[in-house]
Amino acid sequence: MAEILLNCKGLQCPGPIMQVFKTAKEAESGDTILVKVTDRGFAKDIQAWCKKTGNELLELNVGETEISAKILKK
Amino acid sequence: MTDKKTIIVFSGDMDKVMASLIIANGAAAMGNEVTMFFTFWGLNTLRRAKKIKVKKDFMERLFGWMMPRGAEKLGLSKMNFGGMGALMMKGIMKKKNVSSLPELIDSAQMMGVRMIACTMSMDVMGIKEEELIEGIEFAGVASYLGEADEANVNLFI
Repeated sequence: MAEILLNCKGLQCPGPIMQVFKTAKEAESGDTILVKVTDRGFAKDIQAWCKKTGNELLELNVGETEISAKILKK
Repeated sequence: MTDKKTIIVFSGDMDKVMASLIIANGAAAMGNEVTMFFTFWGLNTLRRAKKIKVKKDFMERLFGWMMPRGAEKLGLSKMNFGGMGALMMKGIMKKKNVSSLPELIDSAQMMGVRMIACTMSMDVMGIKEEELIEGIEFAGVASYLGEADEANVNLFI
């Protein structure tokens, strides 16, 4: 069970969610993905993405300039 | 079963086509099967930037000459100012790290988004298969309706 770091800072919609999708596709079940994003819409988007794709959102931190999310690949 | 989305791209305006491609890419990232139908002005999005030698009659030649050749050449639906607006918008998008239209098309194709060119509009506008980019399918309204029946979202842009 690996933790994959994904830096999507600077990417605009739909860049981050597509990177998360691609990373999750290649990840093994049980792996976690820690993604860092600067696009403000991502906080809502990642929740919708997890709900839709059945992966689990373990953590979501919304900072002043940066959002980080930890996702568990199911 | 995976969800399906269908998008009709009728407009050949840069901003509208961009919206359609962002939705297509996003939907693919949500695990959806996406089909985009390009018809009328939307077809210009799929034209190759390079001029391709094909047989055309006078009107077809005229149409081909008047319409934008490819995604890079599309104008804005508002404030285009003869192309200046589109140029400015592209500059701003680049500065803000927003993907360009050609990048969004490439990415959509890599994500498995199906792109279908409407053959009737192609015929009307005198656009030949060779003039369109790689990886495009050619079909008519029945193919679209078949896909739309199975989709839970259908957009006309």
